[in-house]
Amino acid sequence: MSDISYREINANGFWHNNPGLVQLLGLCPLLAISGTVVNALGLGLATTLTLVASNVTVSLIRHWVRPEIRIPVFVLIIASVVTAIELAMNAFFHELYLILGIFIPLIVTNCAIIGRAEAFASKQPIPKALADGLAMGLGFTCVLVALGALREAVGHGTLLADAHLMFGEAARGFGLTLFEEYRGFLLALLPPGAFIALGLLIALKNIIDARLQKRQPAHAAVPVEAAV
Amino acid sequence: MMRNIIISGVLLALFGVVGTALVAFVYQGTAERIAANIEAATLSSLHDILSHEAYDNDILADSVLLSHELLGGRDLRAYRARLGGEPVAAVFTVVAPGGYSGPIRLLVGIRVDGTLDGVRVVSHRETPGLGDEIEVGRSDWILSFDGRSLLDPFYDRWAVRRDGGVFDQFTGATITPRAVVTAVRDALIYFESHRDIVFAPLPDAQPVDAAPAEDAQTGAVQTEALMEASPRE
Repeated sequence: MSDISYREINANGFWHNNPGLVQLLGLCPLLAISGTVVNALGLGLATTLTLVASNVTVSLIRHWVRPEIRIPVFVLIIASVVTAIELAMNAFFHELYLILGIFIPLIVTNCAIIGRAEAFASKQPIPKALADGLAMGLGFTCVLVALGALREAVGHGTLLADAHLMFGEAARGFGLTLFEEYRGFLLALLPPGAFIALGLLIALKNIIDARLQKRQPAHAAVPVEAAV
Repeated sequence: MMRNIIISGVLLALFGVVGTALVAFVYQGTAERIAANIEAATLSSLHDILSHEAYDNDILADSVLLSHELLGGRDLRAYRARLGGEPVAAVFTVVAPGGYSGPIRLLVGIRVDGTLDGVRVVSHRETPGLGDEIEVGRSDWILSFDGRSLLDPFYDRWAVRRDGGVFDQFTGATITPRAVVTAVRDALIYFESHRDIVFAPLPDAQPVDAAPAEDAQTGAVQTEALMEASPRE
């Protein structure tokens, strides 16, 4: 594990050990905020930023922090980083901040973050910790966005509606209306729809994995790192 | 052993200090912008409601905190629009307690003659796709209040159609529009009986000896309504 390659780090973050599809960590924001693509992207990027900052800091201090106080120190680091990000979002993406609301401060409780700090960053040099934070965060963002796209398309019949909240006024026209006069499908927008959609995504991943395994039995033995 | 504990404690405290410093630093850097954002958001919804009116005062500064059952809560801010010192309209923050999943916060603009200038939803937790049609971005239902007053429709018709009133409900959602209609009606009733308090000048804008007179006046209204309403700030 100490000489894990960047390739493996990326493969783990985006696929083999994806926080959303495999570790199933951080389900609370994943399910609550994936109603539209823009919300999902906003929360995903905020989570990624937190992961990168906390991973780098944890890796930076890994030789000084005694094992008995490492968890409180990690919590302190993550909480400070998230609060700083929350303030910055409130200042620079005010409308998006209002929509994401309580889920920005709740990034603190996303166990994927402390999980990566404990399982990876506290044992790895800074560049690898940074790469891991990026890979895990973007892997989580991908799942969020896929879920958001699925739910927005089925629930509202649109994609990327309200893109101006994130990308500024120029993006107001980004929204796509997939079906004209769509009456909406409420289940997809409510929490049960989020569970069903996530279940479908996990099933899809497992099907793909099974197919790959059949085709290349030799490559299938990629060690899956244990979640916390 | 003892030494280890002390070192750990000092380390932990150090991280606490560094973390707090980071947050304090970012707060310093963003506080001004955040305040400006909130002010701009409030101002833009106030402008939206008062778009038909002409007023020349600083509406954000000319506000009072009101507490009354008819407004749905305590310490709700009301903004006064004036032209040349004469009252034009007031915009109330109103809480509709009867929402489907929690209170709905509204801004209700009432002209000095008692007609509605406009109503906007500030925050709500209604069902997406059903109850959220009260948002101006989703449907223009909320605009159906414009120009209404306590006599138009008459009091007992101030309700959704299902309850014998004149306001549309949504397919699949009656509770949300019912809560909003009731809250707007109650705000109108409050305005009728508390006009003097609503448009009372800010305390620091008037001479000292005028204060008791104002108190007596508001006191009379308060006993009549058996409720509490206090202009503050």
